[in-house]
Amino acid sequence: MPKAPVTFILNDAEAALFVDAGAPLIDVLRRGVGDLTPKHGCGQGTCGACTVLIDGKAHLSCLTLAETVEGKRVDTTAGLAGGPQLHALQDAFIEGFAAQCGFCTSGMLMAAKALLDANPDPSRAEVIEAISGNLCRCTGYEPIVDAILTAAARTQRRAV
Amino acid sequence: MSSIEFRKDLFADERDDNLKEIGKPTVRQDILGHVTGRTPYYDDHLFDGMLHMRAVRSPHHHAEIRSIDTSAAERMPGVRRVATARDVPNNLNTLLSLINFGRDDEPLCAHDKVRYRGEAVAWVIADTERQARDAVAAVRVDYSVLRHVLDVEEALAPGAPVVNEVYPNNSFDYHAKYDHQKLRFGDVNAAFARADHVIEAEYQMSPIEQAPIETCGAIAAPETNDRFVCHTNTQALFFSLGTTAKLLDMASSRLHFIGGTAGGGFGGKVDSIVEPTAVLGAVLTGRPVKFAWDRHEEMQVGAPRGGERWRLKDGVMHDGRIIAREFTGFFDSGAYMRLSPYAIIKGTGHLPGPYSIPNVASNVYCCITNRTPATAMRGFGITAVDFAIECQMDRIAEAVGMNPVELRILNAYRDGDMKAHRRKAKNTALIECCQVAASKANWPISASAASQSSLAGGGQGDRGAIPESATDEEGRIGDRRQGKVATTSPSKSASGRVPAGTHTEAIVGAPVQNPDMQIDAERIGHRMGAAPTVPTASTTTSPPATPTSAAPPALAPGQPVAPPAPPSVPAPPVAASPVAPQQPAARSPVTPAPYEPAQPFNRGVKRPGSSPFTSGFRRR
Repeated sequence: MPKAPVTFILNDAEAALFVDAGAPLIDVLRRGVGDLTPKHGCGQGTCGACTVLIDGKAHLSCLTLAETVEGKRVDTTAGLAGGPQLHALQDAFIEGFAAQCGFCTSGMLMAAKALLDANPDPSRAEVIEAISGNLCRCTGYEPIVDAILTAAARTQRRAV
Repeated sequence: MSSIEFRKDLFADERDDNLKEIGKPTVRQDILGHVTGRTPYYDDHLFDGMLHMRAVRSPHHHAEIRSIDTSAAERMPGVRRVATARDVPNNLNTLLSLINFGRDDEPLCAHDKVRYRGEAVAWVIADTERQARDAVAAVRVDYSVLRHVLDVEEALAPGAPVVNEVYPNNSFDYHAKYDHQKLRFGDVNAAFARADHVIEAEYQMSPIEQAPIETCGAIAAPETNDRFVCHTNTQALFFSLGTTAKLLDMASSRLHFIGGTAGGGFGGKVDSIVEPTAVLGAVLTGRPVKFAWDRHEEMQVGAPRGGERWRLKDGVMHDGRIIAREFTGFFDSGAYMRLSPYAIIKGTGHLPGPYSIPNVASNVYCCITNRTPATAMRGFGITAVDFAIECQMDRIAEAVGMNPVELRILNAYRDGDMKAHRRKAKNTALIECCQVAASKANWPISASAASQSSLAGGGQGDRGAIPESATDEEGRIGDRRQGKVATTSPSKSASGRVPAGTHTEAIVGAPVQNPDMQIDAERIGHRMGAAPTVPTASTTTSPPATPTSAAPPALAPGQPVAPPAPPSVPAPPVAASPVAPQQPAARSPVTPAPYEPAQPFNRGVKRPGSSPFTSGFRRR
């Protein structure tokens, strides 16, 4: 099978590897690089568990060809915390009971981060819109929406 | 943030207020892993040289397999092994065989015929998932399509095709006697005759897929010492281990199962299919093998909550009192039994819902059809019939021109009432639920309904006693198929009567299939302090009209009610010794001594052998 060289920035570190032609980004991240935080839920772009940020925008890594991230910046949940210091979203998810089985959480956090990076003070409707591509079967979404709004409010307060 | 509201005013004497966890914010012990993405799901275990296994699946609902040609697939690039039913050492199982319930009826891999669309007929193991998929498409299976049946009642009809030869009547055999689970309490037909209204309706549920975000899957790999490790997302780790040991004819000591982390389950990950398949792949190749369903398989092959059909018939008086309720229920078990017959036994204990109705009859059928086999999902066995019952309550309210909440409060069960399965109701709270729901919804209810209590009035007079019950022997195994039984609903005519105060034959006459499953008064219920709550009116010697339980005196509505005083003498337990089912009259001489706890207890359940996880604060 033909291989293609790909170089990209993964969570502030350079990743350079050969990938199978046509391999989805999620397989390269999970099996190639060993970043297991994007989760494989459906492989068809419906569940959002594999959401990663590509140049700051939320993308489904199961539908993104690995070759297309050449030279770009990819962020996953593995890089969300700064060392021992959790991201405000992670703190809010912990306190707000915003995860049960945890399988959708990585994707949820990435979708929420994309939102807060672009819009630090979102309305509830904007939060719901931002995570509308991420399915969760356990929580019923309310605690997740609450946690994202809590994280946004705290970050705003800190910035002021 | 929390929207939980604690109503300490209800059942105030039953709870301590110094709770350490309940009602207080808490942090999940596993959540740090979740938010950092480090929680190890089964697919997060990396193995060098892992192979991918995919199933060849039936495109037909029902077809004979004439031949399987795997030669082209075996020559495909990357393919390591193609496996079929011949590779499964013991290719027949039923999920509950580990507790000796039901007959082995399901192969891991179909060999003679396929019974539902998507059933596995072969597997391909290849280096990559893509190669496995390509090779699956190259396996040629010659099918001879058979007539299929997808409707529960059509499956019971005399001319219906036999789906599963292990159950040739397309229904589970209950107690080695009937083609349905019977419940007879009182005499519904006599009550229908004197009811002011008779209300009948049918309710149909769809199958519902649990749809966890993580699909079912497992990775198996050879370990040293001739063992196999299996990382799985099963919800039933030891069921999966036992099932794998049985299907693959391996000592369970050779299996090292690691689970406990599931990306959602909701009942859909108990069927123990991916684990034996993955371990088989590892056995056949000597390599790590991953067998996981994709989303399409999860929806098509993953066992759903089965569709259920319920017909309810209620006899109601003008004032809203329900005097009789009759059920005819059909569970669509799909092509194999799995957990459905068990769910029916559980569900029958729930009838007629949270209401005290003096005459109840029920026939529930566990039907085999050519649909995807059904399995557990969130209260299965209860949920669909509750939907039917509550819709029916609204219909009744409309028919008698009554406030639907008041109708429910009027008919609600109360502590001490005898339920149709002949155990007394405890810890009832329907009345309080209705009152709180009505007030939250600003739904007006009368002062009388608002002052009722689950603690008052229960178990008084006939409410606490087992009535004389009409019985019948209609619907013996095989009769329906021969056209001898015309109707599926409970019989219109009784062929016998059992005296008031006794259990019916359906309970004591059926041989239990495993002594562990003997329903034994010592093993059920929750007995607190020195006040056993075994129904004391259950021996043949007790006159029916005088329940011996201590009923609380009638109290004015709204007055705080003290719980019933415990009887001073422990009542004799009702159950026979577990050696053999016996007739009611023969049971009293072999009555074992009542269980005496080593130390007085009033919290939790501390019977010998009881699970340490079973606990609960019960009414004293």
